[in-house]
Amino acid sequence: MVTDIRTTDLAAVRPRLTARSRGERVFGAVNATLLVLLCLGMLYPFITVLAQSFSSSGAIKAGQVNFLPVDFNVDTYAAVMSNEQFWRNYGNTVLYTVVGTAIAMTLTTTYAFVLSKPHLKGRKVLIGIAVFTMFFNGGLVPNYVLISALGMKNTMWALVLPGAISVFNLLVMKAFFENLPKELEEAAQIDGLGWYGIFGKIVLPLSKAVIATMVLFYSVAFWNDWFAAFLYLDKSELFPITLFLRNLIAGASTTASEGAAAAGSTTAQVSANIQAVTMILTVIPILTIYPFVQRYFVSGVMLGSVKG
Amino acid sequence: MPLTQDEQSPRVSARGATEEPAHAVPRQRVPKTRYRVRKQTWRDAFKRDWQLYSLAIVPLIFFIVFKYGPMLGNVIAFRRFRPGGSIFGDEWVGLRYIEMFINDPSFWHVFTNTVVLGSVTMVVCFPLPIILALMLNEVRQQYFKKFVQSISYLPHFLSIVIIVGMLMQLLSLEGTVNQIIGAFGGEEVPFLQRAEWFRFIYVGSEVWQTVGWGTILYLAALTSIDDSLYEAAKIDGAGRWRQTWHVTLPGIRPTMVTLLILNIGSFINVGFEKVFLLYNPLTYETADVISTYLYRVGLVSNNLSYATAIGLFQALIGLVMVLSANVISRRTTGTSLW
Repeated sequence: MVTDIRTTDLAAVRPRLTARSRGERVFGAVNATLLVLLCLGMLYPFITVLAQSFSSSGAIKAGQVNFLPVDFNVDTYAAVMSNEQFWRNYGNTVLYTVVGTAIAMTLTTTYAFVLSKPHLKGRKVLIGIAVFTMFFNGGLVPNYVLISALGMKNTMWALVLPGAISVFNLLVMKAFFENLPKELEEAAQIDGLGWYGIFGKIVLPLSKAVIATMVLFYSVAFWNDWFAAFLYLDKSELFPITLFLRNLIAGASTTASEGAAAAGSTTAQVSANIQAVTMILTVIPILTIYPFVQRYFVSGVMLGSVKG
Repeated sequence: MPLTQDEQSPRVSARGATEEPAHAVPRQRVPKTRYRVRKQTWRDAFKRDWQLYSLAIVPLIFFIVFKYGPMLGNVIAFRRFRPGGSIFGDEWVGLRYIEMFINDPSFWHVFTNTVVLGSVTMVVCFPLPIILALMLNEVRQQYFKKFVQSISYLPHFLSIVIIVGMLMQLLSLEGTVNQIIGAFGGEEVPFLQRAEWFRFIYVGSEVWQTVGWGTILYLAALTSIDDSLYEAAKIDGAGRWRQTWHVTLPGIRPTMVTLLILNIGSFINVGFEKVFLLYNPLTYETADVISTYLYRVGLVSNNLSYATAIGLFQALIGLVMVLSANVISRRTTGTSLW
């Protein structure tokens, strides 16, 4: 019984060890059912919003839209997509995400590379400088004062620079670099390659999985951020799409709460399908790249966390 | 810190030197050069690794300006701050702002709210990923397991704005939740305008966001448990439940402890952005937390020094909690962050 185990497939090993009793089959079925229900619960909000985005506001107001669109139409998409402000803010988000991710990747990879060299004198201090910021930080007001004093208000830099290194990502990357085979670097040193050369020609090409993971993490963070924009930007032509969406939602909900309870909800519902469309259009880029990078981030994060 | 570095330096430089063939010396000469190496150690390090140090310069500037700058900026909690003046304030006022919030009943109100919301979130959101990871671990069909994982990680990648938008649709008077209540003949509830519902909504949506992603580290730890332990437990007559209790759970305990320590450190900083987007004056009673209060005091009413004092107090609580959780855990379980 033990001999036919393929030890490489670790997750599959354990179940095969035990013969299935009746109790275990019941357990397996209950377990699977619960997990399917969980998936439905996870997906339900997406499904409703997707259905609402194709429905008329009247049907939403009547509370008819749950799983499937009612009065199917794409007019709301056409209306939102003909809005100039929407496209300008969408473009801003793309710009902030690309610039932010490029800066963040440059800083994170170089620093992680430096920290991954165990012989480096002062390495512990360099690590400590980064890790301490995980547990203690400046707080909202000092950050606000600093960004204002640097003259970054109403510029892209206020959104892009303060988030340039996430210490968590830095540590995952450092762990990945530490696990690369040392022999290649040593061979390169014999050939007279300096650290710049080793970094650019050996380490980076070997690190595609972790780089893909980090690009995903950073770009999702920049794409999703709205609060920095809310704090530091006053001009609506600079807003990212998340802030545009937030103002849509907040506008609807304040009218609702001012009108209080029952009476006010009509105002909120006028824009329910517009909100739904904007939400869908905002998450689409993330949903599209997600399946492709998923296999990378699972292995990338696991490696970093197990070793680090 | 520099002292410990100095003590270690001969060993470190010696090891560094052996990696480089140019410095490779016959073994018996190493003790002789040690003394000299110790004296010139920083110069040697720079000579050998200047390229590495140069790569660290820009990231260090980033940390100093954007992380340590605001940390020092906390001094305005003890200084009078004039907009347009120095970012570190103009003159010392001592503990004035500290006394101000200690005597401020609204501060203690939001402090209590923060502690309640933070603890409930932690108590609910910490164990659920463990249970889900154990459930996933029992799934035999790999494709089904992958499918559940993909779906449950998804909310982690959504903007908080989208999450709140979805919540508002679900909980609106015409939303799904009220439809279900209506189907059972109940009265519609304007959930987001009711203070008594806020904590429930906050914690519930927090579970939705975090439960799937939270399993990722546990699943990694589960694959590293030695299978001979399960064999041994089986031979000793342990069924599935007792195997889980005596082998699986102890196997993932270090991961559990580490994550618990991190959770304890961050629980005072309950998700500002979500509270901020979800709350309104009707729900302040339960929803208003330290960070939203200091946002209104500091950036809406412009009492920057006062808000900084509150923020500093909050950050220090977080720091003290993570440090003490770490010490307690090192003494009792032997697991710690560093």
